[in-house]
Order: sequence, then structure tokens, then C-alpha cells
Amino acid sequence: MTDSATVTDLISERLIPFPSPHFLSAGDLNPPAALGLLDLADAFVDFNRQSAKSLDLMHGRTVVNIFFENSTRTSSSFEIAAKRLGADVVTMPVQASSVAKGETLIDTAVTLNAMKPDILVIRHASSGAAALLSQKVGCAVVNAGDGRHEHPTQALLDLLSLRRAFGDVGGLTIAICGDIAHSRVARSNVILLSMMGARVRLIGPPTLVPGDADRWGCEVFHDMREGLQGCDVVMMLRLQLERMEGALVPSTREYFRFWGLDREKLAWALPHAKVMHPGPMNRGVEIDSDVADDLSVSLIQDQVEMGVAARMAILASLANLRGAAR
Amino acid sequence: MTALAILNARLLDPATDYDGPGALLIEDGRILEVVRGGATQVPAGVEVVDAGGKCLAPGLIDIRVKTGEPGAEPKETLKSASLSAAAGGVSTIVIQPDTDPAVDDPAMVDFIQRRGAALNLVNVFAAGAATKNRDGQRMAEIGLMDEAGALYFTDGDKVIANSRTLQRVMSYAAAFNALIACRPADPWLTEGAVATSGELATRLGLSGAPAIAERIQLERDLALVEQTGARFLVDQISTAGALETLARARAKGLEVAASVSINHLCFNEIDIGDYRTFYRLDPPLRPESDRQALIEAVRDGLIDVITSAHAPAPAEDKRRPFGEAAPGAVGLETLLSAALMLHHEDGLELLDILRPLTHGPASLLGLDSGVLAAGAPADLVLFDLNAPVVVDAAKLKSKSKNSPFDGRMLQGKVLGTWVGGRRVF
Repeated sequence: MTDSATVTDLISERLIPFPSPHFLSAGDLNPPAALGLLDLADAFVDFNRQSAKSLDLMHGRTVVNIFFENSTRTSSSFEIAAKRLGADVVTMPVQASSVAKGETLIDTAVTLNAMKPDILVIRHASSGAAALLSQKVGCAVVNAGDGRHEHPTQALLDLLSLRRAFGDVGGLTIAICGDIAHSRVARSNVILLSMMGARVRLIGPPTLVPGDADRWGCEVFHDMREGLQGCDVVMMLRLQLERMEGALVPSTREYFRFWGLDREKLAWALPHAKVMHPGPMNRGVEIDSDVADDLSVSLIQDQVEMGVAARMAILASLANLRGAAR
Repeated sequence: MTALAILNARLLDPATDYDGPGALLIEDGRILEVVRGGATQVPAGVEVVDAGGKCLAPGLIDIRVKTGEPGAEPKETLKSASLSAAAGGVSTIVIQPDTDPAVDDPAMVDFIQRRGAALNLVNVFAAGAATKNRDGQRMAEIGLMDEAGALYFTDGDKVIANSRTLQRVMSYAAAFNALIACRPADPWLTEGAVATSGELATRLGLSGAPAIAERIQLERDLALVEQTGARFLVDQISTAGALETLARARAKGLEVAASVSINHLCFNEIDIGDYRTFYRLDPPLRPESDRQALIEAVRDGLIDVITSAHAPAPAEDKRRPFGEAAPGAVGLETLLSAALMLHHEDGLELLDILRPLTHGPASLLGLDSGVLAAGAPADLVLFDLNAPVVVDAAKLKSKSKNSPFDGRMLQGKVLGTWVGGRRVF
């Protein structure tokens, strides 16, 4: 392992300004900027593996995490990332009910803005909420998931996991499987992975794949065997429980039978294929534990670790964009 | 009332297809004489307005106007809506029944019409609810409301999902020769939808309803019309598929009328762009191919009525994430200028645009206005066909400023509005 002084130097060396004033969509990135962020994130991965993990890159900066939807992993990932960079962090879980009491998103935004944060990280159940917020505040906004629209930091961390596993994502064939229609993870990944030269396939039952998804430049399959053929990566998506039981698929057991990833289906992909999942997993619904927990094929644990590093890279370079860091 | 003469005008009368020079003589609130062509003898003591060759047409009749009176006055009152109408060249408005409480009994019809008349601005009529409290279950007092002056019956944006209820409403209304209007939208396919299904909605992550939701419901409605013999208006048709269904029914001899909102003639789904909530409408905006089909339908007379679909929503209801924003747009004040864009940009004949804004709704609702003829009410609009207008929503007379035309350049400007021979703008 690199010694701590060298890692810190490496981080300063690789620190770039973020390519956009906000990070709302994977489309805010471009290939060189994405690669730059990955290089920076790689340094953060090394740094995070040390026992002393505190930097002062964002000393004095305030990051506010505002989560209108319940989330443990994403909010804590952002919180840890910001803390390791030396920022002051406030995480505000906003119960849906208090918003229903009348305070609109804009009211909340204006209130928060008056407290002069440097970066707002927002998750909201409505598509476009992060973009709306960004128009009303003076600080940088990071979209941590807006409705079924986008989840761009997830796409960057997935890209980071993939690059570390394969060296380069250009030319990889990546299957995104499951509930594409309601997935913000799928939308951001389609944008970013295609941008970086991967071939993206979408696999799922017709009720869960938008009819026009082929116009995203992806191949669409409804049959796992056909779709997984020749794939380097199988990215499974979470299926919300309320969408089962007859609403969009007849039952969890039928879903698992045809679209749940187990050893048998994984064997249809290439022998070296890796498995991903943005979490949290429904074990036995979209993925078999046997596959999910096998570290020789599964990148799922890596994704969580990469999440912190990728978000550190995003926050640090956004802070860097708005005035020299440190 | 004193007599008035409007001279030196370009008269546009869709009822008789006249587009040419002329003058109007007005007395006691009605048109005394329509003079086509050259010079006119004006008797002494008559007030004279020189139109300077500008266009003079029947005042517009807008049959789909929402206000907030009673129940939501900060949104819009009958007064602010009437002022908007006058500024837009609209001389008659028909108020939707979706107030709080709903216009579902004769006293409410009377309330709206009395309050409207007391303002002394434009003609204010009410549409009654088809079912009590617009619940889609229990038939409202259609006969009594008809007697009180309600012009037609509709549950507004709410679809009467229960086919048995609608069947009874239609067959009962036929006894009074009352007009029933329904929005064609399959309630299950459109549940929770804020956009039209398609590549754009998918990319924006917006929940969409397929265009066929409109056709499916229209097929049902028309089957009931065929069975009950009701007079029927298809409220706010917006897709090419539904237009085909309508054309088929007409070809079979079914007498059904159809309306379209000005928004669906002027915008397509691309205008939603980056979640611009002023373009969140109900029905949602459609692809350009649907817009073109609607323009064709206006041209060939398949569509009888153009409405503003005036739906005021205050800023706090619009400045929200797209899916949570209130649907609808104000449109009274911009109705004529926007409609004239269909002439300037989409090549529609002037008379073909004015007909569904004047004579079309008048004959559908049995009004004697909407024409330039001796004896008709002197409800008139004078406009400059070519003057440029930049819409500034902040300056609109409506209490709500949710105009999708905000900041747009339009061509065609209202110069004056008369209602019953009295100048109101």
C-alpha cells in the first residue's frame, strides 16, 4: 500500500474542477471528465483503506444532505464521503408527511439556501426535483436520485467498480436487468456506460421495460438466455415489492423463475462475467444469494466501497470548481 | 343605448364566410346593419369608431373557462377572469362546474350567472355538472339547471368512468335536448400520468399515459351517444387516433361536436423540455404529429370549437417538481393572438380559425352571438392581424400567471372588445 503522504499528494495532483456547476444527470459528464473523476476516485479508494482517513480538502465547507425519500446507504455514503473530506455535514431526513403539511420543495430550498451551504445533496421522489432545486439555490446541487429519472452518482460508482474489475469499460457488453421502467439507476447507467463506449442491453419483462427503450441506443431483450449471451457484466436492478403481486408481474416466484439471476442464468453470460446490484437486494426475487455473495463473480460489495470514493471525488471536484479547495 | 358605428373595417364573419371591407351600425346593444363594401352613410349623433382597416370579427366565445369562484378566489375570480377575457377579445365565457362547491344545482348556476352579469364586463354563463358533486355516480339536476340557464353539462376534467351512469345521464339529458360534454381519457390508463407515454416521458422519468387512452374512452362515449341519441361534445380532443374515431362516427351520421384547446394546437411535448411545469397540461401535450393532425381537423371542420382551456394555477402550485405541479394553463388573454399564430405559421385560413372561436360554439350552445348579422348582439373584437406581441405573464389580468406563452413572440393584437355594443376593452 502507498504511504499516506504519497496518497494525499496523488489526490491533490488529480483534483479537477467538476465539468458542470451541478451534478444532476450522468449527461453532465463527458468522457475525459469521467476518466478524471475515476482517477481521483481511485486515489480516494487507496486513501480510504488507510486507518487514518481524514482530509482537509473541504475544510470549512458545508454539505447538506436532504433526503425526501428514505435511504440509509446513499445518505450515509454521502455523509461519510463529505466527512472524510473535512466538510461539515448535516443530514436531514425529511419525512414525506412534513412536506405534505404544506412546505413545498421550493420553500425548503429557499430556507436551506439562506443557511449558505456549499453543496446540497438531494433525493426526492419526483423526477426533475433536483433540477428544480438547482434553479433556486446558489450552491452546487448533487442529485442523489430523483424519482425514476436519474441517479448519476450511482452510475459513476458503477463505472468505477467496472473499471477496477476490467481495466476499461470500452467494448464491454453490459446487461441491465429487471425493472428498467421505474429505475433511475438504469437511466443514468445507460447514459454513462454508453458514453464510455460500452454496449448496453436491457432485459426484463415487457411490463418493466419502456416500449421505446430501444431508442436509447440499447438492445432490448425480454428473454434472459438470449439477452445474457456474450455479456461481460450482469447488472441486476431492485424490483419494488409493490410492483409485484399482479400489478406488473404476477408473483415474485414467477419473476424469479424467468428474470431472477441464479447460477443457471449466469452461466448464459460469458465465463468471466461479473454481477452487480445497486442495492438493497431482494434476495430470492431478482437475485439468488448464492450468486450475490460469491466474491469471485459479485462486485456488489465493491460497489458499496466505491460509492464512498466516487462521491468523495464528486464532492471534492464540485468544491474545487467553486473556488480553490483548501 | 347610444348608437355606434364602426367604419372602415375588414369584416370577418365565419358564419357567412365573408372576409372583406365593411362597416357595422350598432344600436341598443345589437347590430343594426352590416354594410359590406364601400362608403357608409352615418346618421348624425352616432359615435363613430374608425377601424383603420383592421379586422373586425364577432367576439370570441370560450366554452371552457375555470375560475376559483367560489372556493378558491386567490386563484381566479369571475371578475379577474372577465377582465382577462375582455383583454383577449373574448366576449362570452362559459364557466366550468369544478368550483367548490361544484355547480351541480340550479342555485349555483344562478349564482355564477348573476355574479358574472353584475360585473358588466363580458357574458358569463355556467356549465353544470353532469353528476352531483361531480362524483361520477349520481345524476345532477340537469333539467333544473338547464332551466336556470346552464349551457351544457360536464364533469370537467373528471371522467365518468361508470358506463351505466353516463348512459343514464345521456338518455335523461336527451329529454331536455341538453348537451353533454366528456373528456375522453381512460381513467385506468391515465391514472397518475403527467405526460404522454413515449421516448420523451421515458427519458425524463415521467409517468406517462399512452395516447390510445383517449381513443379507447372516446369509442365508449360514442357508442353510448349512438345508443341514447344524446347531444354530445367531445371535450378537448388531443390525439390523431381519437380524431380518426371521431371522423368515423361523423361519417356514420352521428352528430357529435368536438373541441380542442389552444394549447394543443400551439405546443407539442417537446415544449416540456427541462421539466417546465407551465407546460404540464391535462390532457398532456402530445407529439408534433398529433398537433399537425389537430390543425388539419380545424381546417377541415372536424373540430367545431377551440377553447382556451383557461385553468388558473398560482405559482405555488406550479413551482413544484413536474409530477407534483398542478396541471393547466391560463389562456383567455392570449387566446386570439395564439390562434392567429396558426394563420401566420401553420397556414390556416383566418375564417377557419375564427369559426371554431365564434360561430362554432355559438351554434353548438344555441347562442345568437358569434355572427356579424343584423339583430345579433353587438359582441365584437377589433384586432390587428400583424402587430407583434410579446407575452409578459406578469402583466396578464388573470390572478394566476401560469401562461405557457410567457416570453413568446406572437403576432396579432386585440385593439378593442365590445359586449352588447359597450366597449369593455
